[in-house]
Amino acid sequence: MDRLLNVMTAFSIGLIALVLVSLRRAHIRVEYSVAWLAAGVTMLILSQAPEFLFRTAEFLGISYPPVALLVMVLFVFLVVFYRFSIRISDLKDANIALAQRVAILEYRLQSSHEVEKAE
Amino acid sequence: MNASGDFSLLIIVPAYNEEGAVGHVVREIRELLPQVAVLVVDDCSSDATADVAREAGARVLSLPTHLGLGGCVQAGYKLAFELGYEYVIRVDGDGQHDPQAVPRILDVLRESGCQMVIGSRYLHGRPEYTSLARGLGIVLFRLVLRPILGKWVYDPTSGFVGVNRQALAVFSRSFPLEYPEIEALVVLQRKAFRFEEVPCKTRPRRAGKSTITAVKSVYFILHVLLGVFVNILKYEGRRR
Repeated sequence: MDRLLNVMTAFSIGLIALVLVSLRRAHIRVEYSVAWLAAGVTMLILSQAPEFLFRTAEFLGISYPPVALLVMVLFVFLVVFYRFSIRISDLKDANIALAQRVAILEYRLQSSHEVEKAE
Repeated sequence: MNASGDFSLLIIVPAYNEEGAVGHVVREIRELLPQVAVLVVDDCSSDATADVAREAGARVLSLPTHLGLGGCVQAGYKLAFELGYEYVIRVDGDGQHDPQAVPRILDVLRESGCQMVIGSRYLHGRPEYTSLARGLGIVLFRLVLRPILGKWVYDPTSGFVGVNRQALAVFSRSFPLEYPEIEALVVLQRKAFRFEEVPCKTRPRRAGKSTITAVKSVYFILHVLLGVFVNILKYEGRRR
């Protein structure tokens, strides 16, 4: 189990570092980095505080604590993915509305040019 | 192109990679209804759809990215609404819809006062060019829609549809983006609008191939059923 916790610690530190580097290079916006940083910090705390992990496992009725760790990691990532699905849906709607508006404006511009030419 | 004069009708033709068919569709409409404006909405085709449509005498609304059928049709509805058209009839760019039914759809739109008229392939039995699987799917959707709409709709998947300005106002703001036909009926029902069906004929595609596969058909049914359910949750008022 210690090995698994160490791997989780290394993974969570790697995740936090990756998010911070991405933020510095402006590859990810601050508002979207919060969810990933929260996920990384949660994993770090769970992997570095076994007593908290044992209590959580007991509360969830899971006899083997590492499984509780994986369940909680899964839950955190599901929340993060769901937030992103909402955001992607918003962006898709905005993208469609923008594409339609661009097409309509181009059409109207072209029509007015044709009217001008005809006059 | 504007809505002034006797005709307040715009025919929109959504098209995606239909260079082999769209020219004929436009010419056929223009021969039948020379005074009616025809707008081809080109959904970012990679072929010469837009050029062929222009050469045939249509105006072309060119989308900068591929939006899919719903986004493509809605773009046409938005433009028609902004230009002040009273009626819009959609004729697909693959040549399957017979424009001979356009005057009948327009008459019913004008005389009945209903907000949508569907050119129905199933009012007089199953058409020649429909597969058994598609026919079964349509029966399923009829059964699902019957209690929601309060009446039978014989051809809920028909894209040969006319709408008046009231429906145009609604669809300009909110229109289903994927597989829009069935969900559009529920959207109208949410607004307590009415629809009618008129018989029309379909023909085989003039060119190209349908993109519908068995897997897509299953996805289509699940997607539409979920869309219908979501639209029921948004219901705003009682039927007029």
